[in-house]
Amino acid sequence: MEALHIISAIFMFAGCFFMITGAIGIIRFPDFYTRLHAAGKCDTLGEVLIILGFMIYQGLSFLTIKLFFLSFFILLANPVGTHALIKAAYVTGVKMWRREENG
Amino acid sequence: MGKKLSYILTFIVMFLFWILLSAWQLYPDTPGKFDVIHISQGIAAAALTTYLSRRVIFDLSKKWYVKFLRAIPYVAWELWQIVLANLDVAYRALHPKMPLDPVVVEFETPLRSDLALTFMANSITLTPGTITIMVEPEKGKFVVHAIDRKLAKPLVVDQTMQKKLAYVFMEGQHDSSA
Repeated sequence: MEALHIISAIFMFAGCFFMITGAIGIIRFPDFYTRLHAAGKCDTLGEVLIILGFMIYQGLSFLTIKLFFLSFFILLANPVGTHALIKAAYVTGVKMWRREENG
Repeated sequence: MGKKLSYILTFIVMFLFWILLSAWQLYPDTPGKFDVIHISQGIAAAALTTYLSRRVIFDLSKKWYVKFLRAIPYVAWELWQIVLANLDVAYRALHPKMPLDPVVVEFETPLRSDLALTFMANSITLTPGTITIMVEPEKGKFVVHAIDRKLAKPLVVDQTMQKKLAYVFMEGQHDSSA
């Protein structure tokens, strides 16, 4: 085992951890809006960390540059998708969960 | 003049991107075929893409290089905020009692240009506990959903992000009451 493989494995495990907590958040959170917080944020960092792990594993090559562009586009596109979903919900009046009403 | 330069820059970037995606073989890691047919196909594809996306990238407004240099530390700060945001969501998802206190807040910013507003909206969504719901470009007004009352505070009270972006895009002069 090389040191680089261990480092890339750490990045991939960290990415998987965030993806799993995102999934747990989607199940546990009470309403549409808070679930989007879990879906939108954890996916961004989880995917970018996993791709970073791939990049370190692959070393310097053209695959690495392609992977870098992939993570760049995820960072740009993910907030836009989250924003489109939450605006659709807000405009059509999906009910919001509040702390005062539900204890 | 600036328009012509922006066309040329867009074309160069598109062509380099085409070379990266198409002209290099995956294995072995060597250059692919660079004969006349392949290159002319690449030039045609890059020219078409340049025509389609001519208004999208390389907005060469005044002092764009200053904005670009100022944006670099901002992007680094934003990447750190993404890590903090994920740790925050992970903490809330795994905490047995789920400490949530959702609230919708509205506030106005001094930002007006499309690029600055896009940066602001995406940054809000990526920073801890807040998602942009709506933007009104005329007033620079944002409607934001926060997962916790405390996390809306940096946006509404301290206004850290607005100040940083106003500095990056040099748009602090607008009178927000006008």
